[in-house]
Amino acid sequence: MLENYLSIIIKSIFTENLALGFFLGMCTFLAVSQKVKTAMGLGVAVIVVQSITIPANNLIYNLLLKDGALAWAGHPEMDLSFLGLISYIGVIAAMVQILEMTLDKFFPPLYNALGIFLPLITVNCAILGGSLLMVERDYTFGESIAYGVGSGVGWAMAIVVLAGIREKMKYSDVPDGLRGLGITFITVGLMAFGFLAFSGIQL
Amino acid sequence: MSIKKTLFDPLFNNNPIALQILGICSALAVTTKLETVIAMSVAVTIVTGFSNLAVSLIRSHMPNSIRIIIQMTIIASLVIIADQVLKAYFYSISKSLSVYVGLIITNCIVMGRAEGYAMKNPPLMSFLDGIGNGIGYSLILLFVGVFRELFGSGSLLGFTILPLTNDGGWYNPNGLMLLAPSAFFLIGVFIWLVRTWKTDQVEKE
Repeated sequence: MLENYLSIIIKSIFTENLALGFFLGMCTFLAVSQKVKTAMGLGVAVIVVQSITIPANNLIYNLLLKDGALAWAGHPEMDLSFLGLISYIGVIAAMVQILEMTLDKFFPPLYNALGIFLPLITVNCAILGGSLLMVERDYTFGESIAYGVGSGVGWAMAIVVLAGIREKMKYSDVPDGLRGLGITFITVGLMAFGFLAFSGIQL
Repeated sequence: MSIKKTLFDPLFNNNPIALQILGICSALAVTTKLETVIAMSVAVTIVTGFSNLAVSLIRSHMPNSIRIIIQMTIIASLVIIADQVLKAYFYSISKSLSVYVGLIITNCIVMGRAEGYAMKNPPLMSFLDGIGNGIGYSLILLFVGVFRELFGSGSLLGFTILPLTNDGGWYNPNGLMLLAPSAFFLIGVFIWLVRTWKTDQVEKE
């Protein structure tokens, strides 16, 4: 039981890293990875949002949208799964908004640290992708919590590592055409290479 | 701006992936096979075109404070249609695209063009801008897709071009091409090529 959760967490951090294995959240991944400090802030925000929205979407899917999920309301033949996409993005947008307001009211220091990153997260495909992968793999509620935390941590780790490398790369002499975006792509490619080494691990 | 410029600028001069860093996730993920690349390109081009059209049509009736949600709803509805069409007529492609069709919603090209262009321009031009950006996006996808399928599995669209050693041919497939890192390398190289050609796109220190 516990091993199952542990294996989901380890898998989502290393072998199935959202950023390096599934290419999710790439836009922000490349745009906000110039400094380690901002990368860290965004990473924490992603972990928080990911571990709230994935379980929330899991409940929505299992209780409302899945084929036959509305049996408790007296409609066992209903299949609303085509509404999935629009509901998940709605849940994510609402969650981010609620989180922003809660942080603003009760934890002002945290809000000041994360505030600017929260709106960015609504359109980060790592968040929606996480929810869609969770649905595709049919996780239970407990598993979805583990997956949410794990995938958030994995993404955060990847962006912090990339930011570290890019900070150091300021001192290197890159060919003109490759400078900036081009060399960043190649760096991420090499990182993805490194993470491939984890893919043989069986848990 | 002329129609021609709106339609063709996003191909090389202002390519959404190479220059604006938009919509990279799916560009990398669906490119192992040319078949999925084409399905994805068509889906993104159509969704971008029509979401631009719809946003532009109602742009003057939209309260500023809730415009993001309205754009999201329009885009999500279009993506659901694309997803359902793929599921109904191209089931195997839809299976191999898995979650990435849904991710067109958060594909920043669609959102970025709706917010950046369609909010300020008349419907027809917005539609063409959407189609142009969709084609610019498809161009990079095709480039990456052709390389990955040709060198990774020796075929294009499932037809054998380079006979594999397993089947008695001479070509030993490069397995790396089918794995994640090769997509990053290929896009990096593509950007390098475009910027060597159009030197004004080189980034300053």
